[in-house]
Amino acid sequence: MEPVYLTFVFVLAIFLGFELISKVPSTLHTPLMSGSNAISGITLIGAIASMESDNLTFAAVLGTAAVAFATINVVGGYMVTNRMLEMFKKKEKTEGDPR
Amino acid sequence: MSLPFINFVYVISAALFIFGLKMLSSPATARKGNLLSSLGMLIAIIITLMNAGLDYKWIFLGILIGSGIGAFVAIRVEMTSMPEMVALFNGFGGISSLLLAWTEYHQLAWAEHPHRELSVFISIVTFLSAFIGGVTFSGSMVAFGKLSGKITQKAVVFKGQHIMNAGILGTALVAATIFCITPASALGYVLFALILVVALGFGITSTIPIGGADMPVVISLLNSYSGIAACAAGFVISNNILIVAGALVGASGIILTNIMCKAMNRSLANVLFSGFGSTTAVQAGDGGPQGEVRPASAEDVYYILEAADSVAFVPGYGLAVAQAQHAVKELGDLLEANDTEVSYAIHPVAGRMPGHMNVLLAEANVPYDQLVEMDDINPRMDSVDVCVVIGANDVVNPAALDDESSPIYGMPIIETHRAKTVIVLKRSMNPGFAGIQNALFFAENARMYFGDAKASIQALVAEFKND
Repeated sequence: MEPVYLTFVFVLAIFLGFELISKVPSTLHTPLMSGSNAISGITLIGAIASMESDNLTFAAVLGTAAVAFATINVVGGYMVTNRMLEMFKKKEKTEGDPR
Repeated sequence: MSLPFINFVYVISAALFIFGLKMLSSPATARKGNLLSSLGMLIAIIITLMNAGLDYKWIFLGILIGSGIGAFVAIRVEMTSMPEMVALFNGFGGISSLLLAWTEYHQLAWAEHPHRELSVFISIVTFLSAFIGGVTFSGSMVAFGKLSGKITQKAVVFKGQHIMNAGILGTALVAATIFCITPASALGYVLFALILVVALGFGITSTIPIGGADMPVVISLLNSYSGIAACAAGFVISNNILIVAGALVGASGIILTNIMCKAMNRSLANVLFSGFGSTTAVQAGDGGPQGEVRPASAEDVYYILEAADSVAFVPGYGLAVAQAQHAVKELGDLLEANDTEVSYAIHPVAGRMPGHMNVLLAEANVPYDQLVEMDDINPRMDSVDVCVVIGANDVVNPAALDDESSPIYGMPIIETHRAKTVIVLKRSMNPGFAGIQNALFFAENARMYFGDAKASIQALVAEFKND
C-alpha cells in the first residue's frame, strides 16, 4: 500500500481517537490505560504476519520475541482491564450494610 | 486467504476497537466494551494466522510464552500496583514494535529474495518504529523501577543533563539520516544497531530526572509512545490495522498526558525537564507556614465524624501505600448507617496514574456514583461538614491558591480548607512530594490524626462498632 494512503488512514484514526477518548470519564482512566495497553499489543498482528516460513533464522528469533511481548500485552491487558471493570458497580440496594 | 479479504476483516476489528472505546464512556457499559475490543483482537489474530506461508512453530511458541506471562500478571497483580503494571506493559508494547521493525529490516536487507524493496520511506518508518519503541521500552522500565520502589523515586538530576540528552538526540538523527540513505549496506546495519542503543539510552536519561509524583504524566506519555511506535511499525509492514489501533492508543495517551499536566498547572516541558521535587525540596526547608498543629486521637475523630451530616474522603497516594481502601469503605458504610452523607473527592493527579484512586475504591466496592471529581466538590465545599484527607498532601495545599512564591502556585486543588472541619491522616509532619510545607495542617479547622492510614481508619471503625 502506498504511503499517502496509509498516512490518510493514520490522520483519520488520530482524530477519531481524540473524539472517543475525550468522552471517557476520569473514573475510568486506569482501565482506559490498561485497555489501551492491550490494543497497543496490535503489534502481534504485524509480528505474526512477518513470520514467513522462508525467513532467516535471526529474523525468526526476533519475530518470536516480538510475538511473545505483544501477546503479553494483549492477554494481560484485556484480562486485567476486565478484572478492574468488574469492580465498577452502581450503588446496590443493600448499601449501608457493613460487611 | 487473500490479502483483500484479510484487510476487510481488519476493518471489522478496527470497528470493534472503536466501539469498545466508545463504550468506555460509562462505567455501566465499559466491561462489555472491553469484551468487544478483545473480540476484535481475537478476530484479527485468527485471520492473520490464515495468511499463507507462515512459520507456525515460532508463532505458537511466542504466543504460548506471552499468554502465560500475560495471564499470570493479570491475575496476580494487586490493584495498588496497577501503575507499575501499566508501565511494564507500555514497555512491552514499545519493545515489540522495535523487534517487529528489526525483524522486517533484517529480512529486507539480508534475505536473498526480499518480498519488497527497502525504500527510503520504509527506512524512515523503520527508524521511527525502532527509536520510539526503544525509548518507550527503557523509559517504561525506569518508570516501573521508580513506581515499584526498585530505584529511587526522587528526580535524578545532574549537571549538563539537557546538553547530554540533546547530544543523544542529535546522534540519533545523524545516524538515522545516513541509515536512510544506505539502509541495506553493512554500514546501514551498524547504524541501525547504534540507533537501537541510543534509543534505549535516551529512554533512561529522559525518564530518570522525573520524580515519583509526576509519574501520572510520564505513564500517560509512555502509553502514547507505545501506540505511536505500533503505528510506525504499521507503516513499516504496510498494515492498516496496526496504524489504526496504534493511532487510537497514541491519541488516548496524549489526551491523558494533557489532562494530567492541566491538573498540575504545569506544561509538559516543565514536567519532563525541570526535575521538579529535587530542587524545590532544598529551598522549602525553612520558611513557609508555621504554627500550632492540633493533633487528635481516634476518639476525638470519632466524635467529630459521628456528629457530621456530610463527610468527604480525599484520598491520595498514601491510601495506596497503606492499602487502606477496604478500611475506608468500611468506615464509609458505618457513617452511612449513621445517616451521614458520604462521598469521595478525587483529584486528577492523586496517586501515581490517572484514575488510580478510583480503581482502588472500586476494588473496595465503593459505588462509582459516590466518587466525586474535584470540580464538582469544590463549589459545595462550604457545606461539607468534615473532609478526611487520607495520605494526600500537595493536592489539598491551599498555597496553590494564595501563595505566589509556592512552586505549586496555580495548581487546582481540592479546597478542603473551606470545609467546616478537616481531618488529616498522616504518618508524620514530613512535607509531601513537592517538599512544600502545607498551611492546611496549621489551619484553625484542621485536626491532625497521626499514624498509618490503614491502622488509623481501623481504629475509627473499632470506635464506631464499640458504640
